[in-house]
Amino acid sequence: MPFINKGFHAKRPTEGPNKLPPGQYETQDFPVLTAGPTPRINLANWEFRLEGLVEKPVKWSWNEFNALPQQDFNPDIHCVTKWSKFDTKWRGVSLDTLLEHVQLQPEAEFALAFSYGGYTTNLPLADLRNGQAFIGLQYEGKPLTPEHGGPARLVVPHLYFWKSAKWVQGLRLMGVNKPGFWEEAGYSMRGDPWQEQRYGSDDDAADTSSLRL
Amino acid sequence: MSRLDWQIGTVTAITPDTPRVKTFTLSLSRWTAHRAGQHYDLRLSAADGYQTERSYSIASPPEQTGEVALTVELIADGEVSGYLHEGVAVGDQLELRGPIGGYFVWPAGALAAPLLLVAGGSGVVPLMAMLRHRQRAKLPNPAVLLFSIRTPEEVIYQQELEAMAAADPAFTLLLTYTRQAPAGWTGHHRRVDAAMLAEAVALLPGAPQCYVCGPTGLVESVATLLQAQGLPDDAIRTERFGPTGN
Repeated sequence: MPFINKGFHAKRPTEGPNKLPPGQYETQDFPVLTAGPTPRINLANWEFRLEGLVEKPVKWSWNEFNALPQQDFNPDIHCVTKWSKFDTKWRGVSLDTLLEHVQLQPEAEFALAFSYGGYTTNLPLADLRNGQAFIGLQYEGKPLTPEHGGPARLVVPHLYFWKSAKWVQGLRLMGVNKPGFWEEAGYSMRGDPWQEQRYGSDDDAADTSSLRL
Repeated sequence: MSRLDWQIGTVTAITPDTPRVKTFTLSLSRWTAHRAGQHYDLRLSAADGYQTERSYSIASPPEQTGEVALTVELIADGEVSGYLHEGVAVGDQLELRGPIGGYFVWPAGALAAPLLLVAGGSGVVPLMAMLRHRQRAKLPNPAVLLFSIRTPEEVIYQQELEAMAAADPAFTLLLTYTRQAPAGWTGHHRRVDAAMLAEAVALLPGAPQCYVCGPTGLVESVATLLQAQGLPDDAIRTERFGPTGN
């Protein structure tokens, strides 16, 4: 017999196909969540790097990075703190485009995103390819603001949004899945909202057969 | 069973803190000692299968064993806070899991640094757990709470905070009212600014560990101002609170 809260019902019934992963609610605004002060990054010193298990590391300056092919993407995003926001409007560079610039070593299966300010988060490489991940440079037609991760943030919308590292500085390709900042603190190594992988103990319960964890 | 499995708690007390804030005390059969600053996830389930979750900070100290107190602000049109405020009575059961959170926590100890706590509105809740823990564990480190509220009726835990300050010379309570101050008020009556933070820092004998919790505008501004006072980034921990996106 499932647990029911007597008299509780959804305040805003969802219409059409359910875009809301389990436990989430829809918000219209764009909440800001960070663990410490917001870094202010001088674009003259900004760089983005791909390093680790690659034949030759590569880095881009701000101007070089902005000269890469960009595209619009309009994902639904899901934060582990329970809010979801539908049809957000971004512009940026696909990770597929970036990964074309490096030769991966065969052991490379995971990535650690690292950020200005010291934040890190880990992701399976498979979650970064095939149009699933971007470096976002614009939000709603304007340069991404510092509190939302500007000048550039990782955007991996099919995973909880803490995986979409703000103020991203680069990706380190790895052969082992090394936990990042929140993952060290007990959050999920994968963070799939549709499997409700919020915390590390949710990973064991969920289907991770497609991943080599 | 891991500590993050869902469990059913029983509401043992509901205390109004302000006209829009209530504290729900829940007894838990599988209680785990938390660290001050952590939260629980609470899940509501409708008869048709719909479920939704929210996170609520723990207000009680870990010394209060076997139960947790969650302080909940009523959000306009809030699906969960509305149900909790209007639909839940003592004796009812609620589903929750926790404690959760590993960064916005105070690593208390006899050698802990001075504590600078800055709260906006219901952002005071996790900071109250730190102060209650400090009091119950008789920790000697000096502490300041700078608490920004809009009006006199919004001061959550007012009597307890004032009693704590009166009884403990190492703890200072600084209130600032941003809209309307009480009659005869001679203290601060403006948003938290650099001068107010400098005053709070100067009350402490050494470089503080800072915890800032409240709406985004306050948190962004206070964290930046604390950096400008020369405090290192890793001494400034932040958490957003209250209605999203304000």
